[in-house]
Amino acid sequence: MPQLNFIQAINSALAEEMERDPLTFLMGEDVVLGAFGATKGLIDKFGAKRVRNTPISEAGFVGAAVGAAMAGTRPICEVEFASFFYCAFDQVCNQAAKLRYMSGGQARLPITFRAVFGAMGGAAAQHSETVYAQFLSVPGLKLVVPSGPADMKGLLKSAIRDDNPVIVFEHGGLGRLKEEVPAGDHLVALGKAAVKREGKDVTLVAIGAMVPKALKVADKLAKDNVSVEVIDPRTLMPLDEETILGSLAKTNRIVVADEGHLRGGAAADIASMVAEKGFDSLDAPVKRVASLDVPIPFSPPLERAAVADEARIERAIRELLGN
Amino acid sequence: MDVGKDKLLEMYRSMQKIRHFESSIRDLAMANEIPGFVHVSIGEEASATGICAALRKTDRITSTHRGHGHLIAKGGRLDKMMAEIFGKRSGYCKGKGGSMHIVDFSLGILGANGIVGAGLPIATGSALAAVIAGRDEVSACFFGDGASNEGTFHESLNLAAIWKLPVVFVCENNGFGEFTPMQTVTSVKDIAVRAQGYGIPGHIVDGNDVMEVYQYATEAVARARAGEGPTLLECKTYRWEGHVVGEQAFLGEEAYRKKTEVEEWKRKCPIIRFHQWCLEGGKISEAELKKIVSETEKELDEAIAFARSSELPDVSEVTDDVYV
Repeated sequence: MPQLNFIQAINSALAEEMERDPLTFLMGEDVVLGAFGATKGLIDKFGAKRVRNTPISEAGFVGAAVGAAMAGTRPICEVEFASFFYCAFDQVCNQAAKLRYMSGGQARLPITFRAVFGAMGGAAAQHSETVYAQFLSVPGLKLVVPSGPADMKGLLKSAIRDDNPVIVFEHGGLGRLKEEVPAGDHLVALGKAAVKREGKDVTLVAIGAMVPKALKVADKLAKDNVSVEVIDPRTLMPLDEETILGSLAKTNRIVVADEGHLRGGAAADIASMVAEKGFDSLDAPVKRVASLDVPIPFSPPLERAAVADEARIERAIRELLGN
Repeated sequence: MDVGKDKLLEMYRSMQKIRHFESSIRDLAMANEIPGFVHVSIGEEASATGICAALRKTDRITSTHRGHGHLIAKGGRLDKMMAEIFGKRSGYCKGKGGSMHIVDFSLGILGANGIVGAGLPIATGSALAAVIAGRDEVSACFFGDGASNEGTFHESLNLAAIWKLPVVFVCENNGFGEFTPMQTVTSVKDIAVRAQGYGIPGHIVDGNDVMEVYQYATEAVARARAGEGPTLLECKTYRWEGHVVGEQAFLGEEAYRKKTEVEEWKRKCPIIRFHQWCLEGGKISEAELKKIVSETEKELDEAIAFARSSELPDVSEVTDDVYV
């Protein structure tokens, strides 16, 4: 199996899917050059018709992706940083998410949005936000948050083939993370969580960049004979409730770790689902680990203070287990 | 321009259908027989008809919250439209869209849209799809003078211009954005001049003259189909009714325009004007035009009866069609 990093995994998923379907095309800010390297070289393979630099005008080109999808093509639309979605909220939330429903099922919107998110070291609030929670209350979208190269490739390929609008959130801090990625047509189903590590004392649901951190914490706690089961939901919409509740039924304790904010965040959403549907399995209250409710600051020590980290995950687990 | 008799009859029928449909909707709304907000386009029949007459069935349109006329001009069925506005299962969107969101993909109608300016990037993208797929389809985008102040207007014209996309941007300038006169909120007197800022042709068109609209539309569509890029047409027209049916109840009469102004525009009725033009030189006989009116009345009566007798959606359908 080839070793790929996150960026290479994205690049190979895009190339394979564009190869597969001539109606698939790529549009977005600086996709020709590939601002983060993910789309690098695709123009040489697929030409200027199918790899299009857009002007910096998110409402215009995100809306154009919606129209292109409704008119029978399969756009992959890159919004460089996820915070820029705010400039195109109508096109994502009022148009892409709703037009199938509002048209009584006539519209088909096979759009894949890709965007980099998360704190990545001194980018400040307008380039560091974890925005997927903003879309959790918008029915009609699918939300994907991969945590490593193999899942990235498989989930992105599934997203591109999906006939619904899917947003794939790519954490900017995971770019150089390398792992083995299955060769060939590697697909990961949307809506299926992964058990990243089995354990029996506590379930740790970790999202996106929290997954590698969660695994490190689990390794560390194992030395103290604490067995942590790490679940990566991989997609927040749809959410694999069954896997999460199944794990809870085994461990009877649960921590949800996310880089988003505490209030109204993805961790809050999962925690409330667990409280409602898994109450009988709980031996202790559900715990959330999330970022502080402040805009992500610029200065490195402040950024580290704001964002959820390994120490906070570890502390939450120890508190939950009373040790 | 030389236009065949069949085309003239088709255009006349379209204008009559719009007028009758919209008048009925106004009356039904005032009688509280239909739910929600409705926005009718009485007085604006020529722009919808002239543009769509220049399009093929496989071409696509996007429309606005005031969209019934565009949809009828593109071939939308009155019965399914009416049923949708009644919120019935037999409507175009199974009762989930309503007046502001009617869609018929089989006719290239990508939808009326409740968000002002939202259709502009969608039509631009629809034109992009034609280029990607290698099909010579054109997209026409209806929007109002109000939408020309939205960011999406500017972003879409720029995008369509740089990529030379086959799209025709049609501003129906009826003088008002909701209840606000256009000249108090818009930096230019004519929206068409904004085309210059994007390096594309822009034309001011008499929006009450269906033949003039048709002529400009034909040229813009040909240009788009030839790969020469977008055109902005500004059809100057007027809405006889308010922004939303029933607005007098909360605004009062003459809240933002004088009755005399409305009367003045009624004298420029696009249908009477076209009617007289058709009769001149014996292009069409009075009897032929009258026949179209009576056929339209019958079709409309049937559409209302269909809508009234159709079933409401079953509540079990509420979760259908969120995802494919």
